[in-house]
Amino acid sequence: MAGFDHAPPPFFKRGPAPLALLTFYLAVSLALFVVDLRVQSLGLLRQSVALVVDPVQRVAQTPGSLVDHAIAYLRGLHKLREENTRLTQAQLLTAPNLLRLQHLEAENERLRRLMAVKEREKASGQVAQIMYTARDPYSRRIVIDKGQQSGITAGQPAIDEAGVVGQVTRVFPFSAEVTLITDKDQAVPVQVVRSGLRSVVFGLGNGQLELRYIPANADVEIGDLLVTSGLDGIFLPGFPVAKVTSIERDNAFAFARISALPLAGVENFGEVMVLAPREELPPPPPEAQGRRANTGTPKKAGAK
Amino acid sequence: MQPTFTSSRILLPVRPWFIIFSLILALLANLLPTAHWPGIPDWVALVICFWSIREQRRVGMGWAFLLGLAMDVADGAVLGQHCFSYVLLAYTAATLSRRILWFPLAQQALQVLPLLIGAQLLQLLMRLVAGADFPGWGYLIGPFIGALLWIPGTFLLLLPQYQPVERDENRPL
Repeated sequence: MAGFDHAPPPFFKRGPAPLALLTFYLAVSLALFVVDLRVQSLGLLRQSVALVVDPVQRVAQTPGSLVDHAIAYLRGLHKLREENTRLTQAQLLTAPNLLRLQHLEAENERLRRLMAVKEREKASGQVAQIMYTARDPYSRRIVIDKGQQSGITAGQPAIDEAGVVGQVTRVFPFSAEVTLITDKDQAVPVQVVRSGLRSVVFGLGNGQLELRYIPANADVEIGDLLVTSGLDGIFLPGFPVAKVTSIERDNAFAFARISALPLAGVENFGEVMVLAPREELPPPPPEAQGRRANTGTPKKAGAK
Repeated sequence: MQPTFTSSRILLPVRPWFIIFSLILALLANLLPTAHWPGIPDWVALVICFWSIREQRRVGMGWAFLLGLAMDVADGAVLGQHCFSYVLLAYTAATLSRRILWFPLAQQALQVLPLLIGAQLLQLLMRLVAGADFPGWGYLIGPFIGALLWIPGTFLLLLPQYQPVERDENRPL
């Protein structure tokens, strides 16, 4: 009964042959694949398809969020009250620091101005809800519910209350994709708080981070806090990123193998804060005379 | 009761809106937050495979391509990855449809299994080319579950076609 059809078969109008169609579609797919992988210039196509897929994705999320709401509701008043007291206490504990923070910031600003150092940037941003994690089992990405309409641009960092979560990598009209710091090869320039050592931390794809290119004899200990160094011009300096969990020093290799666990609730659902893009960093000094330009002879550096 | 060579049942013609509805439903199922559970099949691949076998003149590579594009965007994967495998799946399923439909349902599932595995492997290959890590063999459980679901899936998707043209009091279904 295959192909059994009640309409009379259109003998003369059957469209292109299947093999031709197959070749055409496969060629288009391959072209898309190569262009997207190598040139990455298909943003507009991606955005327009996303506009169509977005409602479906939102609908697909409703059962999950309904269950979440139901669970939250059933957990009841008691838990909420408990949490409320805990939060009030936490707020009280941090109150002295917070109250003095404004004062300190003002003082810091004044001192910096006095010393003619560039003023520190202030963090500002907007809160976004995590809609869902990407379906892909290979990548660590989340999608948030703010996009171009809210002025999000690619490259903005995202944090939560404990530390850095990731970075916005793709922006759609009503949503944006944040690549988590645990994603494979997502890199964050960091600094060890205790020793001031600078390095770059890479995601491993399994929820852990690795601190690479640190000499085997460097001063790093288990439990060291890693914060953003801000040298990338994207992350503001000083946000906690991870804590060192294990160090392997092997004489056979020049570098130590240092793994770390992210501090932020990177793999949890919830809310994130997308920080506004940083101000432009001053242009790097010219390569050839880099050393001299740094020692304070602006005339020569300007002449180039 | 299945329309194989052993069955004399004549089905109603399929309604185009039902095909579109099932395809969108499959896309929805793929986007559910269950994707991280092990062994969840690729619903879109399964439904495309089904309609390519049953109604190759209505659902073909065009639909497969569009849904693949949607999946690529939704997944944040490299564009073309799902498109490629779905298009090839639709073509192979359409080519083999006469042969597959000749078998009873359980054996149809066995015939569909290599198609689903092939589609999944193709996606895996393209991801590896794009620079991803190998995710482990658990990734390939999905097609097996999908092939198992072929039997209830066929029943569900053919359900609207089982109804008689005229309602008969003596024969409700």
